[in-house]
Amino acid sequence: MSEPREITYAQAVREALRQAMQRDPQVFLLGEDIGVYGGAFGVTDGLLDEFGSERVRDTPLSEAVIAGTAIGAAVTGMRPVAEIQFMDFITLAMEQLVLQAAKMRYMFGGKARVPMVLRTPAGSGTGAAAQHSESLEAWFVHVPGLKVVMPSTPYDAKGLLLAAIADDNPVIFIEHKLLYKTKGFVPEEYYTLPLATSEIKRKGKDLTLIATSVLVARALEAATQLAQEGIEIEIIDPRTLKPLDTAAMIQSVCKTGKALVVHEAPMTGGFGGEIVAQLCASEAFDFLDAPIRRLAGLDVPIPYNRELEKRAVPQVADIVREARALVRGEY
Amino acid sequence: MNTTNGVGRNDLSRAQLNDALCKMYQIRLFEERAEALYMQGKIHGTMHLSIGQEAAAVGACLALRADDYILSTHRGHGHCIAKGADLNLMMAEFFGKEVGYCRGRGGSMHIADVDGGNLGANGVVGGGLPIAPGVGLGIQMQKRDQVCVCFFGDGAANEGAFHESLNLSAIWKLPVIYVCENNQYGMSMPFEKAFAIEKISTRAVSYGMPGITVDGNDLSQVYQATTDAVARARSGQGPSLIECVTYRWRGHSKSDRQKYRTREEVKEWQARDPITLLRAKLVQVGLFSEMELDVITQEAQQTIDNAAAFAESATEPDPASILDGVYV
Ligand SMILES: Cc1ncc(C[n+]2csc(CCOP(=O)(O)OP(=O)(O)O)c2C)c(N)n1
Ligand SMILES: [Mg+2]
Repeated sequence: MSEPREITYAQAVREALRQAMQRDPQVFLLGEDIGVYGGAFGVTDGLLDEFGSERVRDTPLSEAVIAGTAIGAAVTGMRPVAEIQFMDFITLAMEQLVLQAAKMRYMFGGKARVPMVLRTPAGSGTGAAAQHSESLEAWFVHVPGLKVVMPSTPYDAKGLLLAAIADDNPVIFIEHKLLYKTKGFVPEEYYTLPLATSEIKRKGKDLTLIATSVLVARALEAATQLAQEGIEIEIIDPRTLKPLDTAAMIQSVCKTGKALVVHEAPMTGGFGGEIVAQLCASEAFDFLDAPIRRLAGLDVPIPYNRELEKRAVPQVADIVREARALVRGEY
Repeated sequence: MNTTNGVGRNDLSRAQLNDALCKMYQIRLFEERAEALYMQGKIHGTMHLSIGQEAAAVGACLALRADDYILSTHRGHGHCIAKGADLNLMMAEFFGKEVGYCRGRGGSMHIADVDGGNLGANGVVGGGLPIAPGVGLGIQMQKRDQVCVCFFGDGAANEGAFHESLNLSAIWKLPVIYVCENNQYGMSMPFEKAFAIEKISTRAVSYGMPGITVDGNDLSQVYQATTDAVARARSGQGPSLIECVTYRWRGHSKSDRQKYRTREEVKEWQARDPITLLRAKLVQVGLFSEMELDVITQEAQQTIDNAAAFAESATEPDPASILDGVYV
C-alpha cells in the first residue's frame, strides 16, 4: 500500500466513484446536477469530464424515477450509483427503494439481483431548515433487503463506498454534509472495507460510547475533554447500520459496564433504540452497572434559527455532560 | 383586444399599476438587500433569489383577491411580497427572529404568511403541487369562491407529483391555477435537456385544462392570463396551466458557480428586465411620469430599509421554546 494522503471526505467519496468506474464499465452515476454542476456539494466534480455524459448522467428533477432507473439498470446487469441531492428527498423515492429494490430479490425467489447504491447527504448544521436537514437512516434499517452504510471518516467513506458498489444488494449510503470538508488519511489505491464491521475509534475503560456519522467526530472531541478530567471513554462507530456488527460494542460494554448511544436523528424511533436493545439482549447486560442512556436529536423538525438548530441535535458539550454524568452515576 | 389604457386588456387601474410596480421594486430591492446581508453573515443558511422574475409573481398575484391562496416555492420571496406580506415580518424571518413570520423556525426557504393566504414557500421542489388540489377541494367543499395559485418551476414539472396534481384538479374541477415559472433552468439542468417538448403549457392537453405560455417578463401578459384562469376557476370550471417564460439572473442558490450557462446569455435576459419593461410602458402610454416612477422606487427602497432595521433589532427566539409548535 502506498502512503495514505490527507484528503477530504468529499474527495474520498469521489475517488471511490472514480476507481469503481475505472475498474468496472458497468458502474455509472445518475442524479440531479451531478454533471457540469459537480453535485450540490461538489462530490462528483470533474467526473463528467473524465467519464462523459453516458456514465455521468444528469437527470431531471424526478427522484422516484432516479431510484427506479437505478433498480431497472441494476436488475439488467449494470451497477448504478444514484445520488439523491439531499436525504430529505429520498422520501420521493421511498416506494421504489422500500417496495421494489429491497424486495425484488426475495419476492422473485432469489432469481433477481439489484446491485445498486444510492448515495445521499444527510444531516443538519447548514441553516437549511426542516426540509434539507433530515437524518432518516432508521427508516431504511427497518426494511429487510436493504443495506445501510453511514461512514464518519474519509477512510471509511472510500472503503465502504467501494464495497457498497461491489455488493450485489441495494445499499443506501448516507453521507453527512458537515463531514464533506473534514480531512483524513486515505490510501490512494482501491480498497474495500467489509459492510459489517464496526470500528473502535478510541480506546477507553470508563464508558462505551456508540456514535454514528458526524457524531463520531463530536464524541472524539468530547472524549479529549473528558480525558483531562480522568474519564476515558471508548468510542465505537458501527459504520454499517445494516448489517450491524455488535461484537465490539458488546465486548466493550462487558469491560466498561456503561453505555451511551449518540446520534443526530430524533431520539424516538431512532437507530439508537436498536443498539440499546441489542446490548440489553446480550451478555453485556450482566455487566451493566448503570442504565444504558441515549443522547439524540430532539423530537423536532430542524429549526432555521442558528441557536435553535444547534440545540436540536447533540453537540460536543452535550456529550461531555451526558458522559460525565453517566460515569459519575449522576443520571 | 379591448385595450383601455394601453397596458393590458383587463383594465389595470392606475392604482393597481402603481402597486404592481412598487411590489416589483420591493422584490428586487428586498432580495438585493437580503443577498448583501447574507454576504455580511447577518443572514445564514442559503437562499434562492428570484431577481429577474418579478413580473411573474406580481402579475399572477395581481389577479387575486386578498382572501385567495397561493402555494409558493423555494424561490418564493417574490410570491410572498406579491401576495402582500409585511416586509418587516418577512425580513425578521430571514434573520431567524421570534417576530418573523415563522418565529425564526422557517427562514427564507419556508417563508409563509398563512393569514395572508400564502401557504408557504417549500424546500421540496414540487412540494406544493400535491397540496394544490387539496386547497381547491377545501374551497369547493365549503362552497367558498376563493382560488389557489400554485407556483412551481420548470424543474418541478418533471416530478411525478405534477401529473397527479393536474389530473385530480381537472377531474374534480378544482379552483386551482397552476403557474409555472419557466426560468430556463432547474438548478444546472437546462430546459432543453429536461424536456422533449417546447412548451410546458402543452402538457395541459393531457389533463383536459387550458394551457397557455406567456412572456413571464411582461407583467400585463401574466396578469391577463391569470385573470382569465381565475375567472374560470371561480366560476367552477376548473383549473388552468400558465407557463411564464422568464429567467433567473442570479445563481441557483448561494453556492452556484454557474458553469452551466454563459455570461452572454445572462446579459441577453437582463436586457429584458421586467421592471425596466414595465416602467417604459407606463411612461410610453402616458400613465406615469418618470418622476412619479422615481417616487415609487424611493418608497419601495424606504420599506426595505425599514424592514432591515426592524429585523436587525428584533429579538431572538427563546431557546427554551424550541419544541413550541411541533404539535398544536
Ligand atoms: C424534491 C427535490 N429535489 C431536489 C431539490 C434540490 N433543488 C432545489 S431547487 C432545485 C431546482 C428546481 O428547479 P425549478 O423547479 O425549475 O425551480 P427554480 O429553482 O428554477 O426556480 C433543486 C434541484 C429539492 N429542493 N427538492
Ligand atoms: Mg427553473
